[in-house]
Parts: sequence; structure tokens; C-alpha cells
Amino acid sequence: MISYEKVLSEKVQNVAPSGIRKFFDILEEMKDAISLGVGEPDFITPWHIRDAGVWSLEKGYTKYTSNAGMLTLRTEISAYMNRRFSLQYDPSSQILVTVGGSEAIDLSLRALINPGDEIIIPVPSFVCYIPLTQMSGGVPVTLETKHEEGFRVTPEALKALITPKTKAIILPYPCNPTGGIMRRSDLEALAEVVKDTQIVLISDEIYAELTYSGKHVSPANIPGLEDRTIVINGMSKSYAMTGWRLGYVCGPREIIRQLIKLHQFAIMSAPTTAQYAAIEALSKGDADIERMRSEYDKRRRLLVAGLRKIGIPCNEPLGAFYVFPCIAGTGLGSDEFCERLLVEEKVAVISGSAFGPGGEGFVRMCYAASNEQITEALTRIERFLGRL
Amino acid sequence: MKTEILKLLEKDCRLTAGQIASMLGASENEVVNAIAECEADGLIIGYMAQVDWDKAGSEAVTALIEVKVTPQRGDGYERIAERIYQYEEVESTYLMSGAYDLCVIISGRTLKEVAAFVSSRLSTIDGVSGTATHFILKKYKEKHLVFEKMPEQQERMVFF
Repeated sequence: MISYEKVLSEKVQNVAPSGIRKFFDILEEMKDAISLGVGEPDFITPWHIRDAGVWSLEKGYTKYTSNAGMLTLRTEISAYMNRRFSLQYDPSSQILVTVGGSEAIDLSLRALINPGDEIIIPVPSFVCYIPLTQMSGGVPVTLETKHEEGFRVTPEALKALITPKTKAIILPYPCNPTGGIMRRSDLEALAEVVKDTQIVLISDEIYAELTYSGKHVSPANIPGLEDRTIVINGMSKSYAMTGWRLGYVCGPREIIRQLIKLHQFAIMSAPTTAQYAAIEALSKGDADIERMRSEYDKRRRLLVAGLRKIGIPCNEPLGAFYVFPCIAGTGLGSDEFCERLLVEEKVAVISGSAFGPGGEGFVRMCYAASNEQITEALTRIERFLGRL
Repeated sequence: MKTEILKLLEKDCRLTAGQIASMLGASENEVVNAIAECEADGLIIGYMAQVDWDKAGSEAVTALIEVKVTPQRGDGYERIAERIYQYEEVESTYLMSGAYDLCVIISGRTLKEVAAFVSSRLSTIDGVSGTATHFILKKYKEKHLVFEKMPEQQERMVFF
């Protein structure tokens, strides 16, 4: 008989599955549950963008595109990056269209890591960085960001973790789940730390358009960092296009050339229909971004004000669409808080511990939900707290 | 701030002043006062629910009537428009550019009732020179609200 434990890769088997699954199975069964757990826009893709996808199908545009993505799309991405973030990338050599930002993260790590290389990963953060690093043979080194410091990476914390084996730092800002952002001055301070090293920055900027205070600054905007920064972005969060699976990665041509090799053998090319929709979004969708951001911003304020009012302290989240309040004062651990809140009041939020070390004591609440849902969730949470 | 408040209330007039204050980063008092001013100045002319009467089992019919008018000396279209819109049955009245002058939307319990309104009341008004009545067969969307929502996507990923 075949022994699957023996045939399967140890590296893959050692990756821990997400422990949240069970929790959501409970949620699925529940009636009248309110979920602030899901991490995606509650808007559907604006119709003019969907229509562009439909149109491309009607025309019969169903073949592969060039490996890097259609040049028209890369040209639009280049124009967009310049218009929105003052970043310059040559469409023909510095941009690769990927299957979501996630693929771009995976490719970047795989293209950089030699066995044993260390990748510094700020936590709490998106759940994929650690397993993807491990599967590429790298060693994840976590950097715990602090509530008191707005969950930013400080130069001191970074310096303390750098070793001769440090290959890259992931900068997941605006940050899921903390809502933290890095300001220009924060990035300049990091630049001082890495400028004389061979360390690369992987900047995951998928939430860049959802910045509520000032404008998003990319590390690639900082002099001295542009030639060592890989910028990852995509359509999912800014245009409510999660299911289209379309992202892109921009950076120095030498790096992009290697990423294209990996992408071409594993993926061929990103979905053609999604590429046509993305051209429409990037060229005519600025107003959609503003509309949705302004909507999220109002819900963000509603949720933050509501939480503070019922006595749950939380940082003002400055980006993404999550609030990351501290629930340590309730005396419950994060997992227990989430489980009891779900069972007793039918409100789903995610335990901070799911986002790596440093997440304990916090929970993630997503405000990509309706005003009614947010208000009702607050009422239920208040009732829950009253019983503790 | 008033414009922001108006936009929020236009979408959902049940928002409380406290909620609006949180959303806009203003104090509750400021919002209460601003809303009161909007009401007093006629910027807000009413609050109402959008009802799907079909679903509620009503047999009522709605018609859009194109009305051609001979404008009157001094009053232009105003006087005729006023004479039309004051009827209870009239839901909306707009002055139009193009092939006709007034667009009148009316609802009645039956087709007959609407027809009677047009022939006996509307077309007999001095200055009304012609009408064309179009019955509304199905309402898809009104005031940004869709009557029959499309089914939601199934099997969504629930966590990341």
C-alpha cells in the first residue's frame, strides 16, 4: 500500500493548515450570523468593468496572451502607477501581470531565495508570507510590530533582525489585519538601515488605494530603495475584483526577467478575460476607486467610534479595510473571544493569533460590510461584553 | 458637511445622527443641527421607504404620460404643471426638453382608472394639446435600488 506521508514533500506536509476552517463551518450553519470575518470587498465589480470582460468574450478573445500579460494592459499599469503613485516602470521590461497579488508574492520569494536565506516578515500580517517562504526553502524571521507604534516597522526592530543571511524584507502596507501604514518618514528610516546591504524589499501594496490619511507612499518612491524594491499590486481590493484573479508585479528589469521565467512555466499567462476587464478598470476606473474608498472610510469611522464607545480600545486603522482592536482587557484570549462571540452572539470576527506572533490579544474585524451589519454587530458585541 | 450628510441620508434615511457623526468625524449636535437646517430650507423634502408593490401583491398600474402643452403667456409651463401635479394620482412631473413638454408619472388601481384620468382630467386641461400614455410593465430599478436582486455567488472563500 502506498504511504502518502512518505511520498508527499516534507516541506509541504509541514505547512500548518489554517485553523480557521472549523470556525467557518460553524458560521455556515448559523442563521442571522453577522460576519465581519471575510477579507474582501462587499461591492461587486463595477458594471463597466464586468462589461469589458463580457465584450472580450463576445469578440472571441479567448486565447493565451503574451507571458508577461498584454502589452496594452502593461502600458495601462505603467500609466496607473505613474498617475496614482508617481512610480515609473517600463511596460515592456518592468511589469509582469500575474494571477492575483498572491502569485506575485510567491514568484518574488521563489526568485530570490537560496536554501537557508532569511526573509524578514512583519507580523501580524497576511497569512501567506510564512508558508510561501518555507516552501521556497527560506527561513521566515518574524518581526513583531507593536500596537503602540501603529504596527509599523521601525528601523531599530529591523536592524536587530538583519544577519548575513537576510535576503529580503516583506513590507505588507497598508496592512491586513492591522490597518497600519508606513509614512514616507518611516520608509526613509528603513532606507538608512538597508542602503549599504544587498537586501531586497518586497512591498505588497494590494491595499494601496485604501489609504485614509494622506497618500500612499511606496518604498519605491524613496531614493535609494527604487532599485531594490519589488512592488506588488493588483485589481482585487481597489476595484472589487477579487474573483478575477488579476495582479501585477513591478520592479527592476533584472528581477522581473526572472519572475517571468517562473510565471511562464507555471502559469503561461494570466486569464485573458480578466486582462481585458483590467484594461477598462485601470483606464476608466479612478472614480470607482474614490467612490468605494469614501464608502469604506465612513464605515471605518462608524466601527472605530462604535468600538471605542463600548470600551474596546483600538488604533485608528489608516489603511486597508480592517480594524484590529485589542481585546486583552476582556480577560479572554483571542481564540476564546472569537469562539464565544460567534456562539453566543452570532458575530464572526477573526482571532489575531491567526496572523502570526504578536496577534494574540487582538481580533480582526472587516468593515467591508453594510452600515446595518456594523451597527448590529456593535450592539451584539456590547451585549456580549456586558455578560463577561 | 451638509452635502455629505445629504448623500448619506439619500441612500439610507434611517441613519441616526450619531451614526452620521461617527462616519463624518463630526459631533452629534452638529449633525442634528445641519439636518434641521436642511429640512427647514427645503433641501430635504421628505423621507420614505422604497416599496416593491408587485411583491406586496398590489395590482396597481403605473403609467408614464408624455404631455404636449401650449405654454401660456406670463406663466410659461408653471401653471399647467401645477394644475397637473396637484392630482393625488400623480407621482412625478418633469419639464422635458425634446419631443414633448411634461412627463407625468401616475399610478392607479387599474388600467381603466389610469385611462379615465388621462381622458377626463389631463387632456381636458386648457393648454394641453396632446398626450401619449405608456404603461410600465416591469420595474427593474428605481432610485439606485434594484427590485429583484440577482442571486449571490455561491461557494465563496471565507477566510484569508
